[in-house]
Amino acid sequence: MAKKLALIASKGTLDWAYPPFILASTAAALDYEVQIFFTFYGLTLLKKDVSDLKVSPLGNPGMPMPVPMPNLMQMIPGMESMATMMMKQKIANKGVASIEELRAACLESGVKLIACQMTVDLFDFKPEDFVGGIEFGGAATFFEFAGESDVNLFI
Amino acid sequence: MDFDKELDARGLNCPLPILRCKKGLAEIDNGQVLKVVATDPGSVKDFQAFCKQTGHEMLSLEENDQAEKKEFIFHIRKRI
Repeated sequence: MAKKLALIASKGTLDWAYPPFILASTAAALDYEVQIFFTFYGLTLLKKDVSDLKVSPLGNPGMPMPVPMPNLMQMIPGMESMATMMMKQKIANKGVASIEELRAACLESGVKLIACQMTVDLFDFKPEDFVGGIEFGGAATFFEFAGESDVNLFI
Repeated sequence: MDFDKELDARGLNCPLPILRCKKGLAEIDNGQVLKVVATDPGSVKDFQAFCKQTGHEMLSLEENDQAEKKEFIFHIRKRI
């Protein structure tokens, strides 16, 4: 019987978009059955257009910067866009997949993407805001699969 | 070494070589051989792990130092 991987994706920045989609697409390639439950800011990763995902250097002292600067400087307007632009450039230069590509790979290989119904309502998102092929569900839906999974991760 | 299909995964980074390999294997028959050329140094361990977990057979792993960027060449036989 196929192994199972259950993920919770709770963050909606460009950097945190990678772990769930990389792990899910790879697990699917390894013949795992995979479900990702998207909740709170993670819902952003299910939007039709994910080209505006951002990465913030603010409050993130671990982020490599071209020149060292105090973290407080990161609150200057434009810093977030600049950091995002630099990150996207690096991603393209190094042959790293885009989030669109990884998400498409997940959907193609049968990874089930589930939007948390409660947070969809909380943020007033509409079903048509999201990419096609996803499902909606709650915590009990998650546990139905997670309870019999071999690997469970909260991201 | 003979192969039935070749996959160019040069310049791609994790997990793309594995995802493309999976797709490539889906396009050949059981027992046929897929040749993969990658430049991601992490692909060596990843392809070994991929074969171990999926039951496809790694027939050979070669390195090509002559290329502009070091190449890793895998021959993988699709599980029967």
